[in-house]
Amino acid sequence: MTRVFISQDMASIALGVDAVAQAFRDAGCDVVRTGSRGLFRIEPMVEIEDGDRRIGYGPVGPQDVAAILSGSHPNRLGNVADLAFFASQQRFTFARCGVVDPLSDADYAAHGGWRGLEKALGLDRQDVVDCVKASGLRGRGGAGFPTGIKWQTVLGAPGSEKFIVCNADEGDSGTFADRMLMEGDPFCLIEGMAIAAHAVAASHGYIYVRSEYPFAIETMRKAIELAAGRIAPFTLEVREGAGAYVCGEETALLDSIEGKRGQVRAKPPLPALEGLFGKPTVINNVLSLAAVPFILDKGPEAYASVGFGRSRGTMPVQLAGNVRNGGLYEIGFGITLGALVNDIGGGTNSGRPVRAVQVGGPLGAYFPPSMFHLPFDYEAFAEAGGLIGHAGITVFDDSVDMAHMARFAMEFCSVESCGKCTPCRIGSTRGVEVIDRIIAWRGGRQGAGVALPHGLGAALYSRSPERMQSDAAAQTALLRDLCDTMKFGSLCALGGFTPYPVLSALDYFPEDFGAVAAAAEVVEPVR
Amino acid sequence: MSFSRETDHGTPPALAGAQSVNVTIDGQSVAIPEGTSIMRAASLIGGAIPKLCATDNVASFGSCRLCLVEIDGRNGYPASCTTPVAEGMVVHTQTERLKKLRRGVMELYISDHPLDCLTCGANGDCELQDQAGAVGLRDVRYGYDGATNMGQPKDQSNPYFDFDPSKCIVCSRCVRACDEVQGTFALTIQGSGFGSKVAASQNNDFLSSECVSCGACVQACPTASLIEKKVVEIGKPERAVVTTCAYCGVGCTFRAEMRGEEVVRMVPWKEGKANRGHSCVKGRFAWGYAQHQDRILKPMVRASIDQPWREVSWEEAITHTASEIRRIQAQYGARSVGGITSSRCTNEETFLVQKLIRQGFGNNNVDTCARVCHSPTGYGLKTTFGTSAGTQDFDSVQHSDVILVIGANPTDGHPVFASRMKKRLRRGARLIVIDPRRIDLVKSPHIHADHHLPLRPGTNVAMLTAIAHVIVTVGLANEVFIRERCDWDEYQDWAEFVSQPERSPEAIEALTGVPSHEVRAAARLFATGGNGAIYYGLGVTEHSQGSSTVMAIANLAMATGNVGREGVGVNPLRGQNNVQGACDMGSFPHEFTGYRHVSDTQTRELFERAWGVSLDSEPGLRIPNMLDAATDGSFKALFVQGEDILQSDPNTHHVAAGLAAMECVIVQDLFLNETANYAHIFLPGSTFLEKDGTFTNAERRIQRVRKVMEPLNGYADWEIVQLLANAMGLSWGYAHPSQIMDEIAALTPTFAGVNYDALDAQGSLQWPVNEGAPDGTPTMHLDGFSRGKGKFVVTDYVPTDEKTGPRFPLLLTTGRILSHYNVGAQTRRTANVAWHPEDLLEVHPSDAENRGIKDGDWVLLRSRAGETTLRAQVTERVAPGVVYTTFHHPMTQANVITTDYSDWATNCPEYKVTAVQIGLSNGPSDWQARYEAQARQSRRIDTPVAAQ
Repeated sequence: MTRVFISQDMASIALGVDAVAQAFRDAGCDVVRTGSRGLFRIEPMVEIEDGDRRIGYGPVGPQDVAAILSGSHPNRLGNVADLAFFASQQRFTFARCGVVDPLSDADYAAHGGWRGLEKALGLDRQDVVDCVKASGLRGRGGAGFPTGIKWQTVLGAPGSEKFIVCNADEGDSGTFADRMLMEGDPFCLIEGMAIAAHAVAASHGYIYVRSEYPFAIETMRKAIELAAGRIAPFTLEVREGAGAYVCGEETALLDSIEGKRGQVRAKPPLPALEGLFGKPTVINNVLSLAAVPFILDKGPEAYASVGFGRSRGTMPVQLAGNVRNGGLYEIGFGITLGALVNDIGGGTNSGRPVRAVQVGGPLGAYFPPSMFHLPFDYEAFAEAGGLIGHAGITVFDDSVDMAHMARFAMEFCSVESCGKCTPCRIGSTRGVEVIDRIIAWRGGRQGAGVALPHGLGAALYSRSPERMQSDAAAQTALLRDLCDTMKFGSLCALGGFTPYPVLSALDYFPEDFGAVAAAAEVVEPVR
Repeated sequence: MSFSRETDHGTPPALAGAQSVNVTIDGQSVAIPEGTSIMRAASLIGGAIPKLCATDNVASFGSCRLCLVEIDGRNGYPASCTTPVAEGMVVHTQTERLKKLRRGVMELYISDHPLDCLTCGANGDCELQDQAGAVGLRDVRYGYDGATNMGQPKDQSNPYFDFDPSKCIVCSRCVRACDEVQGTFALTIQGSGFGSKVAASQNNDFLSSECVSCGACVQACPTASLIEKKVVEIGKPERAVVTTCAYCGVGCTFRAEMRGEEVVRMVPWKEGKANRGHSCVKGRFAWGYAQHQDRILKPMVRASIDQPWREVSWEEAITHTASEIRRIQAQYGARSVGGITSSRCTNEETFLVQKLIRQGFGNNNVDTCARVCHSPTGYGLKTTFGTSAGTQDFDSVQHSDVILVIGANPTDGHPVFASRMKKRLRRGARLIVIDPRRIDLVKSPHIHADHHLPLRPGTNVAMLTAIAHVIVTVGLANEVFIRERCDWDEYQDWAEFVSQPERSPEAIEALTGVPSHEVRAAARLFATGGNGAIYYGLGVTEHSQGSSTVMAIANLAMATGNVGREGVGVNPLRGQNNVQGACDMGSFPHEFTGYRHVSDTQTRELFERAWGVSLDSEPGLRIPNMLDAATDGSFKALFVQGEDILQSDPNTHHVAAGLAAMECVIVQDLFLNETANYAHIFLPGSTFLEKDGTFTNAERRIQRVRKVMEPLNGYADWEIVQLLANAMGLSWGYAHPSQIMDEIAALTPTFAGVNYDALDAQGSLQWPVNEGAPDGTPTMHLDGFSRGKGKFVVTDYVPTDEKTGPRFPLLLTTGRILSHYNVGAQTRRTANVAWHPEDLLEVHPSDAENRGIKDGDWVLLRSRAGETTLRAQVTERVAPGVVYTTFHHPMTQANVITTDYSDWATNCPEYKVTAVQIGLSNGPSDWQARYEAQARQSRRIDTPVAAQ
């Protein structure tokens, strides 16, 4: 019987892969559902087992079964692993994703699974922590804090009860690596958490998954059940989020697990010392924990041998937006932004020139192609006024209006703000209003017939009209002040990073804010 | 004194005993305990970092972002409220960067805040206003046409404060105060982001929410969002006087914030060691009775009680009173008159009343309302430990690991202490509740009793003995403690007694109705859980075995070694503000001040020398004896100060008959109370706001009461008693209550070190205050019991004679509710009636259904003593077979029902157990209607027609 491998990843299913799978089953094939390989341009894809090779066909539909089985389908891709998009990757973390049956323990073990945990259990706790330290692994959620040092703090924290918490509240737009891993290789995450538990002497762990990931939740729950014996006495459970972006912030996430309103906590105390239910807690992103089995199995040197500067190992980069090769690409740090967008991503999907890319989710900076020389590296991006974040890259072509993108950043923040700290709670709403004024002013000046928003004008600054200016220059200055207040005054990264997209849009695309003319014109204050 | 709020250091102090670290703040080096926030450290050295969300009675929160600072060697701008000091830290609180950031934050605040400062209730007393000034905000460049939270309707449902969401800055101080300080969890932040708003319960209005109106949120609010209606009405206070609340035995201290002679608000005093800056709805808000129209301000007399009252001058009233007492004594003998001191008046006033009786009346016929509440405490603890008082201070509860609450309902009766206890419970202490009702402590937000033993009323002794049985027979008694601190022989007798099989939890299960395994588990927990503290109330004392129960509690504490240090002890929760003080001051017929028996020659001679008279060595009459003697015709005149025995004492018919049999009843009170219906002379009293003196709370803590306004009736109560004493020829010459205290101190060893200067300097003192303990005694029996060896007393369970049967199958027990206080004379004359307009009868659903009673129905409540009607509240708070009501409203007259049974040792009435029957009724009974008519008739006041 022909074995056929077909993804059951949420994205693949969205592309209609279930009907394809059913068609192969109807045709009498042995269909194995896997995770996704991570290149969505070629999905729905089927892989026909051929000895050691898997011959891919994609994109295909349910009507294509006969042509595929006869090998005559025009979308024949050849051996999938040999495709350039896959062959050029350094899949440390995603090695099994798209290859194995996610809920087959045997499959997992056959593909190198559980070796890391076995090694860890043979080591002292401190040795495990040292191993992670030596790998140079940094928090993949965005902050880039050295994972080993975090574990060291928890290991050294007094207390008999400690927790491992996995942050799988993957809320950034344009990111999906956590989801793909949980759906495609859940045992990898479980193994990583079990290693962490051994390293810091924790007895119980939580995986906090956003409610928008029903397949991941289901897969993780089943996998936890299957792996219970392997990880005992450590125990795990999945907690579902309730739709708040801010609960991806680690302390708000802890509050949410505790059953409270998801609200950011002030630090100190660090969660490593007083975390979940006030106990020492390792809280790591999915990708950080999923990198650990490789590190323990192959040794920290193997992991650290790739990378750039202080950014060691690999990063599963997620390409999204207006990009030809949207998907997941795991590669060592140091590859340039331009290589990722143009060479790997293949430029825009619309075929128009790339105008901007946003790196690191909705709170990441926008970069123009002039910054494509930047190496993918925490320090290099920070220096350039940006961040790597969760390594999501969203591509825009030249039809994008960057003032609107800046507005979106503020709007996103205002929708997702927990409301605790003032810069974020009020600032994000004011930010939208200020940018609206700039957009309106820009429209009016350019004579495009855009009406000022209602009430704008006389009502604006009615209390002190002579002192206030509503022109783009004044409003832009106000916007920059606001960004300063939010960036340095906010309690957490939501308010603190919202200025990144706004300021980068202002800095790199001033023309979209009417800036060139504004400098030259003297604008009468609105009466 | 000009008005300012108490200093707010922003965050709570570091844990006691923390090591010091050296930090430099704006160039100033200072050693500060580790764990202190930078904000507090800066405040302690006189700096003031701008802040809005921080206030020092709740944990830091870090939301307002005004308090950002720069720290050498650290990135960014950490919030000073959430960042603790560290060794060698160098902090800058005022830099150009910080100024810009703070102005930026403030600009955002003000962009969503109404600019009506000049007409705002908080004008001049608003932290937002102050901080806007402090950061130098001059412009709001965002304009005012954007999104806003302004214009939302005000919530004015609470009778004492308004909530205006438009002025809210979402700092969460109210929410945190409700959670952390009060522990009610009634408030929350609803919504998120810009739409975040404070909501009570599920977005209810405040009155219908779970809010208990303690005022912590109002106190915490930095703007006018939560503001006292009185401030809105009157304006900003101009001076503040620290004084002590006149409600329950917790003894909260308040700043009476005044404008002229008007109280604007009462704000709990953070320095107050009893309440630590917290309050309840009574002390915080329910003081309006002091100005209530019902208050009587002129003396009145009448020849007989069927006549209307006639207003007279003070001179006439006093002369008439003195001559009546002398007339009656001349006619019926020296012992035919007596008096009752008030647990609501000051120590000094109470002392003067008993002095008047002993020195002026020449007998010992003095008693006090402690007779009907905590007299068994005095007897029981004196017998076992040697001192008639609780062993701890309230702070002690912070060190308790297992808390046993028996016969007390602290969240209603002693709410401010209950909040302290709940705070400790939320931090992990275990809880055992022994109470027939499922009181709030059994289960409420974040509080859950490990064991609730819902025993049948009247079985306390059997229950406590069963617990002792488990502890002794399982071998959990603390022998080391007992051998060292107690009389070993007496212990062995007691241990043998409690070990008898008939004392076991199994043997008494049928009696108490509590499963034996629960009793065993509770006993093990108490004996093995660490510091065990016992708190009890009138559910222990107001029984025919009240004194036995107190001693059983003392036995339990000694057997487990839980006496003589912090975190343990036996803690009576005293009912009235000065019931401890009234007992201390010699209000009992057998004791002088400091609990010294009148037959003790040495003590008597001390007083005789001081007072220049010879004193009676025979104990006088207790209240019930006075009433009995009155009906027998040998007791003819009674002086009652600040006490309403007709409503508060058991068996109302009997009390009324006794009063009616007297020739002269003199009532001194704020109002024409129920007792005054039988009075011939009425002397208007003064409120706690109108006099100087001291109250002593349940911790033995002596605290100052300070006069904040002139007495509306013309005299403070101590002055009135002095007038009367002098009219009787005693020539007293006290110019100020401090002189009375000096006399008390001179005559009372446990008060030897008490004087007003010391009280002013230290804030308060816990007796004993003497050479051995010049700063007072927070914890008693530290190195040994005051009687020497702790005494184990065998407490055999003798059931009450009050028994259920076919005619009276249910047991009635009575108690208090949060919004009211005792007979309600004060609280009924405040807006607290919004929460509890009438007494209700709690009935279990099964008992209600058997009788066809539905929630809100009028029911007739009958006992062997009498009957009354009230409305039913069907609830599972009471167990089947038990009904419960409060005694706050005279219309209900719950004490018509209660019986003459009383404690075997002290005559404390058995309020807590009355066999009753209930049934549907059409409304108030004939008796209630008659009573109402008689009361109306009796309260008539003749207004003299002005001469033309």
